[in-house]
Amino acid sequence: MTDITKEAIVPSRSLLSQDAVQVFYRLLAALLICAVLAVLSDSFLSLGNILNVLRQASLTFFIASGLTLVVLTAGLDLSVGANVALSACIAGTVIHKTGSPALGILTGIACGGIVGLLNGVMVTALRIPSFIATYGMLWVLNGLTYWYMAGETLHGFPAGFRQIGSGYLFGLPIPVYLLLVFLGIGTLFAQRTIWGQEIYAIGANPVAARLSGIPVARRLLLVYAVSGTMAGLASIIFLSRLNSAEADIGESLTLPAIAAVLIGGTSLFGGVGTVFGTFIGALILTLVLNGMNLLSVSANWQPLVTGIIVILAVWLDMKTRRRAQ
Amino acid sequence: MREAAVVSEPHPLQRIPGVAIVLVLLIALFSAIAPGFLSVANLSNVLVQSTILTMLALPMTLIIMTEGLDLSMGAVLTLTSLCVAIVSLATQSMLLGLGAGLLVGAAFGTVNGWLVAILGIPPFVATLGTLGMAQGLSLIVSDGQSVVGIPHSVRDIYSATLLGIPVPIVMALVTYAAFHGLLYHTRFGTYIFALGGNREALRYAGLSPNRLLIAVYAIGGAMAGIAGLLMTARMNSGHPTAGLGLEFDAIAAVAVGGTSFERGNGWLLGTLLGVIAVGVLRNGLNLISMPSSVQVASVGVLVIVALFLDGLRSHA
Repeated sequence: MTDITKEAIVPSRSLLSQDAVQVFYRLLAALLICAVLAVLSDSFLSLGNILNVLRQASLTFFIASGLTLVVLTAGLDLSVGANVALSACIAGTVIHKTGSPALGILTGIACGGIVGLLNGVMVTALRIPSFIATYGMLWVLNGLTYWYMAGETLHGFPAGFRQIGSGYLFGLPIPVYLLLVFLGIGTLFAQRTIWGQEIYAIGANPVAARLSGIPVARRLLLVYAVSGTMAGLASIIFLSRLNSAEADIGESLTLPAIAAVLIGGTSLFGGVGTVFGTFIGALILTLVLNGMNLLSVSANWQPLVTGIIVILAVWLDMKTRRRAQ
Repeated sequence: MREAAVVSEPHPLQRIPGVAIVLVLLIALFSAIAPGFLSVANLSNVLVQSTILTMLALPMTLIIMTEGLDLSMGAVLTLTSLCVAIVSLATQSMLLGLGAGLLVGAAFGTVNGWLVAILGIPPFVATLGTLGMAQGLSLIVSDGQSVVGIPHSVRDIYSATLLGIPVPIVMALVTYAAFHGLLYHTRFGTYIFALGGNREALRYAGLSPNRLLIAVYAIGGAMAGIAGLLMTARMNSGHPTAGLGLEFDAIAAVAVGGTSFERGNGWLLGTLLGVIAVGVLRNGLNLISMPSSVQVASVGVLVIVALFLDGLRSHA
């Protein structure tokens, strides 16, 4: 909150190669988990299960990719899960009322984006610490969604719309293609555009960023809006995959998204991390949860394990950073 | 005044207007629009229902004064409430149940403090992680089911009276007095002000800021244990989502009560008034038949407004 004296901005080239090493370690970890699971469970290596892992990982990734940009600026967005729930319920209602999936998709994504923009306004214009502002937003959204749905469940959507979340193209689930697209866009945006580099600079040292002429408030606004928009997009895929919308679908989404970002090597202190790392993080988390499922561990254990993973990931990050210094 | 040496803020009394105005406005509003709000029965109901929140908001004040946060409090309360229910059901002893709740709560608080102080993990992420852990453990020990059939000795705590005053209110008042004494009249209290305001000074004075910080979080966990007993007594059962979101009401009470998130100053009486303000808001909305979802959203708005005003004050 007050520590503005971070280390100086690392030149982007050395940052990338350092990130590449970190990503490589995480890929190894993912492969190791795969090997262990393949030994422990017969069904792990089945095509159906692997496609299932990829689809599940892509859902976590959509939420976590926008969140990565927020964490890169040393902020946090705790409202993503609640945002997915509200956006899904609104998109579902629009599809039911108008019969037009396109309109529903647009409203869902727009709803997510508007919520993200409001988060950005609270953080920049009202200067509320991001984790408190978005935590407040979480409960506002939660309340709104439960009030709006009044205990109802929306289900039964057009077959074409359901293809988005549950359909296949050339043998791969459609969400996996979306994953590749957004992984590409996210990586290009963060690494190859000026705005992306400015976001790294803001996270590494906000004061230096401001003094070097970066419009910090506008970039922060953008980052929170992107996070919200990605939550809106994720809501569409959830809606289409579940073929139903309920007020409580977002409750178990925020912690895994944060876990994916942190496992992926994005530092909570800002300025370090990659969107690709977040993808690996989402994959690792999904593999662990999938493995527990295959080994018939009760789903009740998932929050406990996710919580431990979050703490371990932050601790590892801090240890490697200390060693680097 | 010892705290005045550490914090160069206006005297706490100058802050009365903020939270008092909020409280008076809310009371005036609901007296006008909510039938039955001003009755003695309803007001005492508001106070009794605020007792659990008091037990969380007071230690939350101390934690926020150290520039920390405890997002796990509601989930830890859920877990301790289940522990109280399970242990008292097995042993038929209220005290053993309370002991189990206290132990589990203090253990979680100590872990929080350890993660924040020793490992240096930012408090909101460390406690978000332990939130998940407590939530998971609650599901595991209860298997997702309610724990029912707990002994009368537990249930009676919530409904009994002492000299005509409901026992929960007595407990809340005793807690308030203890926290007031601790913060304003002991050395430990002065150190808490220093933890948020000037941690270096503690080190120069030969004290261990880490151990003090762990103690502050451990107190928070232990209080969640006591509040867990009240929760189990109130619901006459243990439920795996009993404390969902309660930490947010506690943060709301602290924020509305005028404790700042960035400068290590806190005000316990403000927190107490903040707790009552949250209680009045929820009760009033309930009386005009607003669903609990609207109550949750209003508390969220209340926090954002309070923090906005706090920001205005600090940047003015």
